[in-house]
Amino acid sequence: MSNKKTPLSTWTRRDVLKASAASTAIAGAPMFFSRHAYGADFLNAPTGDTVTLGFNVPQSGPYADEGADELRAFELAVEHLNGEGDGGMMNTLQPSALKGNGILGKKVAYVTGDTQTKSDAARASAKRMIEKDGVVMVSGGSSSGVAIAVQGLCQEAGVIFMAGLTHSNDTTGKDRKANGFRHFFNGYMSGAALGPVLEKAYGTDRRAYHLTADYTWGWTQEASVQASTEAIGWSTEQKVLTPVGAGDFSQYITPILNSEADTLILNHYGKDMINSLTQAVQFGLRDKQVNGKDFQIIVPLYSRLMAQGAGDNVKGIYGSTNWHWSLEDEGSKAFVKSFGAKFGNPPSQAAHTCYVQTLLYADAAERAGTFEPCQLGKALEGHKFDGMGNGPTEYRAEDHQCFKDVLVVKGKDNPSSQFDLLEIVEITPRAQVEYAHDHEMFAGGDLGSCNNGA
Amino acid sequence: MNKSGLSDWVLFFCFAAAVLTMPLWLAPFGANYPDLMQKFAIFGVFAIGFNILFGLTGYLSFGHAAFLGAGSYAAIWSYKALTMNVLPAIIFAVIVAGIFALLIGFVSLRRSGIYFSILTLAFAQMSYNLAYSVLTPITNGETGLQLTLSDPRVLDAMAGVAVTSSLPNPNIFGIKTSGLPGFYFCAVVLIIGFFIALRITRSPFGMMLKAIKSNQTRMAYTGFNTRPYLLWAFVISGMYAGLAGGLMAVTDPLAGAERMQWTASGEVVLMTILGGAGTLVGPVIGAALIKYFENIFSAFNKFELQQVFSFLPEGIQDVVVSVVSMFVGKGWHLTLGLIFMIVVIFLPGGIMEGVRRIARVFGLGKKKITEPASVANSQQGQVNG
Amino acid sequence: MDAILLQILNGLDKGAAYALIALGLTLVFGTLGVVNFAHGAIFMLGAFCAVTFNRVLSMSTKVRDESITAFEAYKEVPILAAKFPVAGPVILDYSVPLALIVAIPIMLLLGLAMERGLVRHFYKRPHADQILVTFGLAIILQEIIKHYFGANPIPQSAPSTFAGSANIGAMFGLGDNLVYPWWRLIYLAFSVTIIGAVFAFLQFTTFGMVVRAGMQDREMVGMLGINIQRRFSIVFGLAAVVAGMAGVMYTPILPPDYHMGMDFLVLSFVVVVVGGMGSLGGAVLAGFLLGILQSFASMNEVKSIIPGIDQIIIYLVAVVVLLVLPRGLLGRKGVMEE
Repeated sequence: MSNKKTPLSTWTRRDVLKASAASTAIAGAPMFFSRHAYGADFLNAPTGDTVTLGFNVPQSGPYADEGADELRAFELAVEHLNGEGDGGMMNTLQPSALKGNGILGKKVAYVTGDTQTKSDAARASAKRMIEKDGVVMVSGGSSSGVAIAVQGLCQEAGVIFMAGLTHSNDTTGKDRKANGFRHFFNGYMSGAALGPVLEKAYGTDRRAYHLTADYTWGWTQEASVQASTEAIGWSTEQKVLTPVGAGDFSQYITPILNSEADTLILNHYGKDMINSLTQAVQFGLRDKQVNGKDFQIIVPLYSRLMAQGAGDNVKGIYGSTNWHWSLEDEGSKAFVKSFGAKFGNPPSQAAHTCYVQTLLYADAAERAGTFEPCQLGKALEGHKFDGMGNGPTEYRAEDHQCFKDVLVVKGKDNPSSQFDLLEIVEITPRAQVEYAHDHEMFAGGDLGSCNNGA
Repeated sequence: MNKSGLSDWVLFFCFAAAVLTMPLWLAPFGANYPDLMQKFAIFGVFAIGFNILFGLTGYLSFGHAAFLGAGSYAAIWSYKALTMNVLPAIIFAVIVAGIFALLIGFVSLRRSGIYFSILTLAFAQMSYNLAYSVLTPITNGETGLQLTLSDPRVLDAMAGVAVTSSLPNPNIFGIKTSGLPGFYFCAVVLIIGFFIALRITRSPFGMMLKAIKSNQTRMAYTGFNTRPYLLWAFVISGMYAGLAGGLMAVTDPLAGAERMQWTASGEVVLMTILGGAGTLVGPVIGAALIKYFENIFSAFNKFELQQVFSFLPEGIQDVVVSVVSMFVGKGWHLTLGLIFMIVVIFLPGGIMEGVRRIARVFGLGKKKITEPASVANSQQGQVNG
Repeated sequence: MDAILLQILNGLDKGAAYALIALGLTLVFGTLGVVNFAHGAIFMLGAFCAVTFNRVLSMSTKVRDESITAFEAYKEVPILAAKFPVAGPVILDYSVPLALIVAIPIMLLLGLAMERGLVRHFYKRPHADQILVTFGLAIILQEIIKHYFGANPIPQSAPSTFAGSANIGAMFGLGDNLVYPWWRLIYLAFSVTIIGAVFAFLQFTTFGMVVRAGMQDREMVGMLGINIQRRFSIVFGLAAVVAGMAGVMYTPILPPDYHMGMDFLVLSFVVVVVGGMGSLGGAVLAGFLLGILQSFASMNEVKSIIPGIDQIIIYLVAVVVLLVLPRGLLGRKGVMEE
């Protein structure tokens, strides 16, 4: 679908709308209506000398620590955009239109909200940002369900959504939206990146047993990993769905002991992954031998915070990640230094993607010369850049997904510090994880046309 | 009778005026933006309906969120299959929730007390778990049921509504129901819902429910079959929940499974008790208070706090900001917990108890505010509840 | 065959966990008539006793890792191991079971404080008020823990002696695939012991007799001139200790986080009610029943016949039991039925 703007077809109805809204508002004359300035050509067009961004992250619930780290990254990004601090990755972004004086000369202000990792709460929070605080962009999120829900809202309202941590294929597949952009990688890429590494490490003759969180993200990841492991000759012994938040997974683990499988693939994230991995190790799976092979466990999506929760159990376990602080490129080094100096700990991958998204948004606004979502979106589409910690990266125009290298990591055997839990095994080149935008796992989506809320 | 009839009308008009003027008087609280006001109205409907069951009969349902969720799903499916007009959506929401409530109520009302509570909880949790996973073809699971460009929308297609490349909006005969118009729509529904609840409370049926609450055994001994009355109360309150769910879909066309989770059921229980169970206005106040904390207190961040306290000298400012930030932003749950405890410890009977006390101080007595009388009655009953 | 035996073990283990949490809840229900929504939070606090104890034991002098300069990464030199080179590591290794020693008095005091300071005032209040106040308390306790420990789960390891699995199959000559983690077996044994101890205490002591009498008819016992109130506050403390101990011992199985109590809360209520109000035996029976049924419902063979059954089995069983047996498995007439 093209991104042709077609506001004309709905013009008359919108006029009616505005008239009715205006007449009902006369009694109340609420102050937020002044922000909508009827003359402006898009929603929440900043009129003063500041521009407001909305950072919508989980501050309560199981992902609260991840959300806190994302919030730190946003804070740092705003600081850098406003020309404070050491500039971080602003100095390494190539090409860059950023000037260090805010965005388009306007100082960057931000508002925050708590998604509670619930779609309704996340949407309520994002709506507050859009309706009350007048944001031009919403970013954040720590689960795919929430990200997809908020992305849909931003599309309806007419602001840009820069997705934070969301790994489901659907975010830029089935549920892709013209106003939504994702820098983070996805389930398909995890699978594609892991395949060759697993082949090298564990050979071509293995039987995989999947434990999968029973919801959309789990299913898409299971499908992706199954496809890529079967491509290297593995067979799939069994796929078992587990309830989200099961806590105790013992009843799903013991059947593995009695199966012919020699590899366990845990399509779990967050608390579920911490619990299932801890318990799988307790059940002695890793000491087991099947058909003369050592039993192995794989966690396709890793994060350092999760690794911390699982403690020693992650040692030697393969997985993939979007970014890791131990990367040695200039961008990563600059970011880790600047983040570490301010907060005293290295950034997580969630923090990284949120920081990058904020900078990319600002850069696109500078290049487009406006905050208008459709023109800004155009500036992001097909944009190629480097120096943000992932090597050369491209925002693909067809589905608004970033294409870049993917990291395959392994739990470190001898961590040197409390942050040093994962080691990078391989940086899988972009070409290997790339797919057609209408690939069957991503089919059925349609960006639709961009909405600027006017 | 006449006198209380008159004061009911006074109460009703005061309530209606207060709801409709929300955009004005909520401004100083920073809460006069459409989404939050919509939430106030929607959860007000939910809590009023819940109170018809809990406040009048004393039966504590811990699964009312199931009806809210069912209503939402029904409304979205009406959008997807039939038309983007909100009226059919709301009617469907209420009917589906009503049928759902009839089934669950019929089974659950065979037991009373905590056994009843757990039965309703169990049904709601089963609905939630299934909607989240196995029923994904109907509910779209974790992601939530959304509109898509390829939805058939049979009635709209027949009426010749142009298909655009962007998603259509829910509307009432062309007027979009998001934003401020959406709030007024919800507000009108809330006022109607309040009126019906008022009539139910004052009706012989309402009296019967209160009698069940104060002593069910005695009612049974007089040869009275209480169950049909209870079932009606259950279905009506379930329909209110469905209506609230439908309204959520009216203002925002998305329905997620988590609306059915026990925490959502617990939330309406807390709203009702916080405001004052058995009172008419209390549940609405309780609902608004909890939603206010969820949306406004959680939004403060250090950046804003520093601005608020920028008049203080630097050292003191840091201390104040770090203390206050424990209670706002990511600490908003702490404030909510404190409010629960403070209200229930100092104001048995909820916030309406506080209103009553204030009214007494100003010498308004019982004549003007009819609420307290019913509170006093209901409290006696609640000891057993 | 192995698969079934293992699922029975899983079920017993799960059931033991449910029963242990439900036990304290039903004690408070039955004796005090209080719906305690903070019970899950007490369980969580117990788990964090273990976390804190472990943190204290593993306190270390930090030596900065000079190779990383941007933030403070450090190597740790544990104080305990430095002071007691032989005993130190062993104590640290056993920090989870040893934490019981710390947790018992802490939980007892906490329980007593809660009862005296708060719950006492709510005996005569409606259940709705009890729910609101204890729920508020639970939120506050959670937020305090979140403030100090963060939201991420904190791993606790079982003593290394019990880290592996017991080869039950080899012990009884049943084949090689019948292995079960030592720590889960210990947890099962521990739970059964505690449940037994609580029953024995109520059955064979005068104190227990009075409490049981109080559960039957509180007013009557009060009229006999027995200070039932003070005994009840001790019961509350006891319930807190049982939940706290369950929390401590559960940490190696489930890395604790601030929200774990809420996750167990609903489940433990279901267990108590399915067991029948006012019945300790019922709660234990229901715990094991639900645990075992849940384990079997999760088997692939069962799931392939009824998809998603493992998602709802607990609630389904609850509905069936409550419809067939009006007062749960062993409930008594008139307790919290109105």
